[in-house]
Amino acid sequence: MDIKDVENLAALSRIELGEDEKREILSDMDSILGYVKQIEAVEVDDVKTDYGMVNVWREDKIEPCEFSQDLITGQFPSAQDNFLKVKKIL
Amino acid sequence: MIDLNNLTIVSARAKLDAKEFSAVELAQAYLDEIKKKNGELNAYLEIYDDVLEQAKLADDRISKGESLPLLGVPLAIKDVILIKGRKVSAASKILENYVAPYDATVITKLKKQGAVFLGRTNTDEFAMGGSTENSAYGVTKNPHDTKRVAGGSSGGSVVAVAANLALGALGSDTGGSVREPASFCGIVGMKPTYGRVSRYGLIAMGSSLDCIGPVAKNAEDTQIIYDAICGQDVLDGTTINDQTYLKPILKKVIGVPWDLVNGKGVDIKVKENFKQSMENLEKLGFAVKDISLKNLDMALAIYYIIMPAEASTNLSRFDGVRYGMHKDGKNLLEDYLLTKGAGFGKEVRRRILLGTYVLSAGYYDAYYGKAVIARDLLKKEFARVFNEIDVIATPTAPFVAWKIGEKSDPLSVYLADIFTVTANIVGVPAISVPSGFTEVEGKKLPLGVQFMAPHGAEDALFEVGGKLNMV
Repeated sequence: MDIKDVENLAALSRIELGEDEKREILSDMDSILGYVKQIEAVEVDDVKTDYGMVNVWREDKIEPCEFSQDLITGQFPSAQDNFLKVKKIL
Repeated sequence: MIDLNNLTIVSARAKLDAKEFSAVELAQAYLDEIKKKNGELNAYLEIYDDVLEQAKLADDRISKGESLPLLGVPLAIKDVILIKGRKVSAASKILENYVAPYDATVITKLKKQGAVFLGRTNTDEFAMGGSTENSAYGVTKNPHDTKRVAGGSSGGSVVAVAANLALGALGSDTGGSVREPASFCGIVGMKPTYGRVSRYGLIAMGSSLDCIGPVAKNAEDTQIIYDAICGQDVLDGTTINDQTYLKPILKKVIGVPWDLVNGKGVDIKVKENFKQSMENLEKLGFAVKDISLKNLDMALAIYYIIMPAEASTNLSRFDGVRYGMHKDGKNLLEDYLLTKGAGFGKEVRRRILLGTYVLSAGYYDAYYGKAVIARDLLKKEFARVFNEIDVIATPTAPFVAWKIGEKSDPLSVYLADIFTVTANIVGVPAISVPSGFTEVEGKKLPLGVQFMAPHGAEDALFEVGGKLNMV
């Protein structure tokens, strides 16, 4: 891993990093990845993973849900006529 | 004067019902303690301004003859659990002024019982850490030695209970965040079976690992809070019911993975204390058996791949668009970059990048894919070993609470989770109970023993943990 990889990850994660922090994270990543790399040693010849998934769909019935609309809309960083306002995307 | 030091949830219930003191008097006693000690300990980030009003409502119910286990009992709530109309920040700058628009299911259940919420407690930011040193609002100090960390991430909730600033508390546990601080501060902390307690209204970190768990002075009180919050919930599709897992019959056999316990990195004082605890359990009629699990030593590596992967996904929602901090840039992308850069603290940024890395094309199979398979292998090994034993015992943490600022590199802090992450990976319930003290630099520091039980067998934890707790 090098500083370019850190910059790429930061861009993918939409996080702005300072130059000092990039170097710090690079060294942290080396030590953490160095540790978790031991996962390579796990023998997985013909393991079939059993995720234990079960279906938890429920009936499509309308039921009242208690939440405060005012508290939600009141926390919009930017709003107009009670709608969430965002910058243009295209 | 109410003797808070010897008060438990059980004894408080009896005294409230017998009108020895009122819920208002009890709440006031805690508010007085908080006023005296919270400045130094930093257990609470906020004390609610309506505590006495809540207690008054409880008194009204008590005077009508109502009696529920937690009616009028003052509790502390970790700052990652939503209470409608109150601030919840996950100890992060990005949610500094966020107000919860609804109640978490656990809060709805506690409100029905008439519990009194004293305030919200400090945590590592987004529950990421083992010491509360990662909080954006300062470290929580260990009441046994204020130069040392309380443990984390539920350090605030645990210190609130340990220092008599609350009678019980809720924490959350993704890799040991309830159990490790409980061990560092000499009280009981428990992580239920995955899915046993609804997470509706819990700010998410690692969704296949996260659990809400109770914190209290002893096993009996812990069970009372657990009983109040558990149960299937239509608002959380991952919750289980009583039939999901078979109830095992107790064999009075405890399994110990001695290889791991005697491994390097475990403090000699921790080993000695643990051996003594196992001897005590033998005297109580339990058989202690050596067990060996092939992939147990991989647990921490599995955890530090799966957790950041899930956390990086969960935390992508904090982008300054709908709520929380918003930093304005020239365009939407710049809004994101500035908001996340300024709003997230160091450890959170580190884990998001780590998670993004292990999920990225080219590394996915080697890290995340491999960890998912290893996790499955470990689950099967656990199922096999639980055929012969009731619970697995280990120390809760490999060392005592460290000094604030002592551990500067992240990996050395991660290693504190070596015994606790396994229960989250496998999804089994686990409890940490106090096992005595060791003297370090003139201070008596608490130690803890952890027990893990099969899926759905919380009863076994309270049974065995309660016995050790009473020695």
